[in-house]
Amino acid sequence: MQSPDRTRGARPVKVSPTLTSYLQIGPLLLVLLLFFGIPLLVVIAYSFFQFDGLDSVPAFDFVNYIDVLTSGVTLSLYLKTLYYAVVVWAITLLIGFTVAYFLAFHVQSLIWQMALFLLCTVPFWTSNIIRMISWIPFLGRNGIFNNALIGAGITQQPLEFLLFSDFAVIIAYVHLFTLFMIVPIFNAMARIDKALIEAARDGGASGWRIIWDIVVPLSKTGIALGSIFVVTLVMGDFFVVKVMSGSQSASIAMAMSNQIAMVQYPPAAASAVILLIVVSLMVAAILRVVDVRKEIAG
Amino acid sequence: MQKLQTGKRPLSFYALSVFFGLFVLFLYGPMSAIYILSFQGPTGGLTFPMRGWSLHWFDALFSQQRTGDFAGAFTRSMILAVMALLLTVAISVVAGLAFRRRFVGAAFVFYLAVASLIMPGLLVGLGVGLTFQTLGVQTKWFASALGAQLTWTLPFGMLIMFAVLSRFDRAYEEAARDLGATNWQIFLWVVLPILFPGMIAVALFGFTLSYDEFPRTLLTSGAANTLPMEIWGMTTNVTSPALYALGTVTTLVSFIAIALALGSIAIIQWRRSRPVGNVSLAKEQE
Repeated sequence: MQSPDRTRGARPVKVSPTLTSYLQIGPLLLVLLLFFGIPLLVVIAYSFFQFDGLDSVPAFDFVNYIDVLTSGVTLSLYLKTLYYAVVVWAITLLIGFTVAYFLAFHVQSLIWQMALFLLCTVPFWTSNIIRMISWIPFLGRNGIFNNALIGAGITQQPLEFLLFSDFAVIIAYVHLFTLFMIVPIFNAMARIDKALIEAARDGGASGWRIIWDIVVPLSKTGIALGSIFVVTLVMGDFFVVKVMSGSQSASIAMAMSNQIAMVQYPPAAASAVILLIVVSLMVAAILRVVDVRKEIAG
Repeated sequence: MQKLQTGKRPLSFYALSVFFGLFVLFLYGPMSAIYILSFQGPTGGLTFPMRGWSLHWFDALFSQQRTGDFAGAFTRSMILAVMALLLTVAISVVAGLAFRRRFVGAAFVFYLAVASLIMPGLLVGLGVGLTFQTLGVQTKWFASALGAQLTWTLPFGMLIMFAVLSRFDRAYEEAARDLGATNWQIFLWVVLPILFPGMIAVALFGFTLSYDEFPRTLLTSGAANTLPMEIWGMTTNVTSPALYALGTVTTLVSFIAIALALGSIAIIQWRRSRPVGNVSLAKEQE
């Protein structure tokens, strides 16, 4: 323990508050610029380079964009990826809202609330790839699910559509990403004043009206944040769709990763820039509906 | 919590409980299957029924036969995760403190961080990989991969610090200043202890996000594999329960990390709630 006299003797150098702010934000800004800002510019630069079949040649050429945009494959890939994003978004929103609502309004003891919340978050700490793989012995031809169905006499033959299909892709996405919906919505709901609900109930509102007129509007920011997470995660994914569809289906990011694997950097960079624009537009659309800024900045 | 409904619960409670139960089953069911299957006997396969019980596949994992360099990848991932943890905590805490004051460019940094958070991981990896290539610097797991991972752990850390600092009562700092504490003393003895549980949450995020990160690491880790890449390689090459054994081991490590974090939060809360000599004396005099 220092004695107060000693510290009073050694006057520290006075640093102005403004300088302090910049010193404090400096490391974050530096890392983000070095590993996010500059690399993004490099990707944009590469998207204009020429690819001569072997190497990337510095240039300013729109050919990569023209190739990507005029290819029929691009459109079908985008439609497929959007389809995954919308379906997964709808399912995770439904599950996320219901689970968060149950935890926030029906579980009354704080201890239980925390315990059940943790129960939902624990799988999140396991490797995504492992969690994805865990569906394979479950959904496979001789998997647990098929065996159970046959055992129960529901079907005679194993269902083939379970694994290596859109169904498998969507189930894996929901498994991986629902938490990203639960956490922000639960966070928003936990801040709702319970007295509001009581007042509405005393005023004779039905359960559905309370949900629709009070809970939904007040958890809007949580819903928007969760939607942004889920939509961007699905749009940018390449490994779930690759493994779970058995390479029968593809997504934008998977096409990109194939190009990268073949060292076709300029076309890959052009697809990346287009993907980035599409994802940004989707996020902007969500933000137009709900203004999240106040929530996270405050 | 003004009104505690004791006695009868509405019907919706039971319906929602069942829904929640099914959701938990959905979360844990498939995963518990692979944990069980990883204890297959030596002749066991990728599906049920179990053919005996053994630790054979864990042994296969560590003995480096056909499963690649698991031990090396594991070590690298652990070192990487600890580096990400330390940097994420240190940088997020000071950045969080910076945002308490208005400064020119605050909005820019904030949106840069949010953009970095929602950027598809593969794209970040591609960008960092290309940047290193353009500069003629070799990508290394402890340099380029670490940086790529930080673009994702730091915004998470920053948002958690926002949540923690929004509940921070600045009166504590005022009081310390009135008593003659210097800025450093205020930071070390007042601010830091209050922020500590939040910092552990940031640490936990930093560690596990880095430990599991795949798309950002894929193009940035250079010649040596990290654990998620090892797992990725195994999904295409290995068709034995060794893959499940790997899942069990990595999950166990995550659990230990969570247990350590929650344990330290619990200890801190307990020590804080315990009356310290002077404080209890002051209370008696009140």
